[in-house]
Amino acid sequence: MARELLKGNVAFAEAAIRAGCEAYFGYPITPQTELLEHMSRRMIELDRVFLQAESELAAINMVYGAAVAGARAMTSSSSPGISLMQEGFSYIAASEVPAVIIDIMRGGPGLGNIQPSQGDYNQMTKSAGHGDFRPIVLAPATVQEAIDLTVLAFDLADKYRTLVFVIADGAIGQMMEPAELPPMRELTRERPSWALTGAKDREKNLISSLHLGAVELEALNIKLQEKLQHIERSNETRYDAQEVEDAELILVAFGTAARVAQTAVQRMRAEGLRVGLFRPITLWPYPRQALANLTAQAKGFLVVEMNAGQMLYDVREIVGAQIPVEFYGRMGGTIPMPDEVETAAREMLQKIASKTTAREGSNGHVS
Amino acid sequence: MVTLAKEFNEQLVYERPESLADVHTHYCPGCTHGTAHRLVAEVLDELGIREDTILVASVGCSVFSYRYFEVDACEAAHGRAPAMATGVKRVHPDKIVFTYQGDGDLASIGAGEILHAATRGEKITAIFVNNAIYGMTGGQMAPTTLIGQKTNSSPFGRDVELAGYPMRMAELLAMLGGTVYSVRRSLHDARHILQAKKAIKIAFEAQMMGLGFSIVELLSSCPTNWRMTPQEAVNWVRDAMLPYYPLGDYKVAEALQTKSGRGRP
Repeated sequence: MARELLKGNVAFAEAAIRAGCEAYFGYPITPQTELLEHMSRRMIELDRVFLQAESELAAINMVYGAAVAGARAMTSSSSPGISLMQEGFSYIAASEVPAVIIDIMRGGPGLGNIQPSQGDYNQMTKSAGHGDFRPIVLAPATVQEAIDLTVLAFDLADKYRTLVFVIADGAIGQMMEPAELPPMRELTRERPSWALTGAKDREKNLISSLHLGAVELEALNIKLQEKLQHIERSNETRYDAQEVEDAELILVAFGTAARVAQTAVQRMRAEGLRVGLFRPITLWPYPRQALANLTAQAKGFLVVEMNAGQMLYDVREIVGAQIPVEFYGRMGGTIPMPDEVETAAREMLQKIASKTTAREGSNGHVS
Repeated sequence: MVTLAKEFNEQLVYERPESLADVHTHYCPGCTHGTAHRLVAEVLDELGIREDTILVASVGCSVFSYRYFEVDACEAAHGRAPAMATGVKRVHPDKIVFTYQGDGDLASIGAGEILHAATRGEKITAIFVNNAIYGMTGGQMAPTTLIGQKTNSSPFGRDVELAGYPMRMAELLAMLGGTVYSVRRSLHDARHILQAKKAIKIAFEAQMMGLGFSIVELLSSCPTNWRMTPQEAVNWVRDAMLPYYPLGDYKVAEALQTKSGRGRP
């Protein structure tokens, strides 16, 4: 397959098709609408299921229906629409059926705006609906990654019978970059044994999230938690680390914020400053060990996000209280500029340097 | 019971339909959900479609309907059964997909989903049990609660100034382009129960013919939450509900006219 110039939203859609998405249900919302539009043409051409639902609420419940029927199903939306879908996320998680959700994040809270944001980090990684569950969350930073992670999302959803989110800020959905699409996978239309296909020559299949007995429901919860722990132990974490080997200061960022941080790191490296970038690609499970390993040599971390500081708390929890973790972010759909990030990083480098000098001055004792 | 029949050499004239599970239901004495279940199960048996049928259950008293029908089943979120059924049917266009919903589920929280499933002409069947009250949560006002009817959340009787008017769903859904069959029947006596069964059969046949969306509204009793005896309750269906919810065929697609036979129950 040749590299071609692709818009992020179109890349997500075409990657899903080639990964074997059999059913798509969606609702228009900026800045993800091109994804739905691409599906509306291509899925029909390929004799697959496409439906524009009457709401995001209906869309996610159609995905739930297609998933219990045994199809590879997905939807896509943007932040306010994702909030509306939370009911369905919780039911899908409880029912242990696979589904893929793409969230092209925009500025919030409320109706907010249609500019790029990373304001859904907590919602996606920690509170995607009522009750105890977590989806797998993947965060691309380029159009190529949008393609690769969308294909991966379907495989992970099937492998663990779970919800998988691919979350990207609106910039990644809207921008065009050269990227390569994977070859088309043929639809098998084979149904898993648990799927609802009609109780012919077998006992009936039932898929429900209702468990009225407290002990019965606790048993389901224990099973779900064990599955999440299994995913955490299964080597599914992904990350990208640049110039971290000798870095005193490490910037931590995902998605578009990581691209901005990367520019800042490259500029400072050109001056010989010891800075690096750690970019988580799986936001859940988080690459905890890889980040924790960097605390051996780093003297400070700067988290850069397009929100008020959400991943910040995960980084602080992993890094611990011994090493300073600071934050630079912009909100409301504003993308930080590389020089803003650079300024914040230089200030932190100075603090680290003065602390180091103070320590050396006091003969190595920490004051 | 079976041995009795043998000893007396009696002929079996009435048995549990294959589509109905051999379990006790949680329904209250005098509730007509059991009647509605039996009618649907008989129809699935008679049409020979049990093994091809998928039920999308709803939230309310009928939440456990998935336990009672011997078909593949799933349990939707409150009001979302038509959306979930849409997902199932679009993946399995060759299967028979039906929802079984109460009035709170279908006419209130799920009004959007049922309207759009109907208007799209989803090839699904909705069995709609209207008992003018929220049963499962203990007797609150439903969108179908009659004017003046006292419930646990309309203690002074439904006041139209406060809560508006009861919704007539069979009439409303009949107006939508994708609906091919929309009728109202009642379960208050034997004659009407037989008429209801005929309608349920036509609704499933409409789906088998691939015509579009079909719905049967069934006026039902809720003696527990109405605070009546079972007999008082079915009398109330007849005397109070029927005048506001007239029985009838609100839409019958041309292809179904010969099956329906007449324009009224």
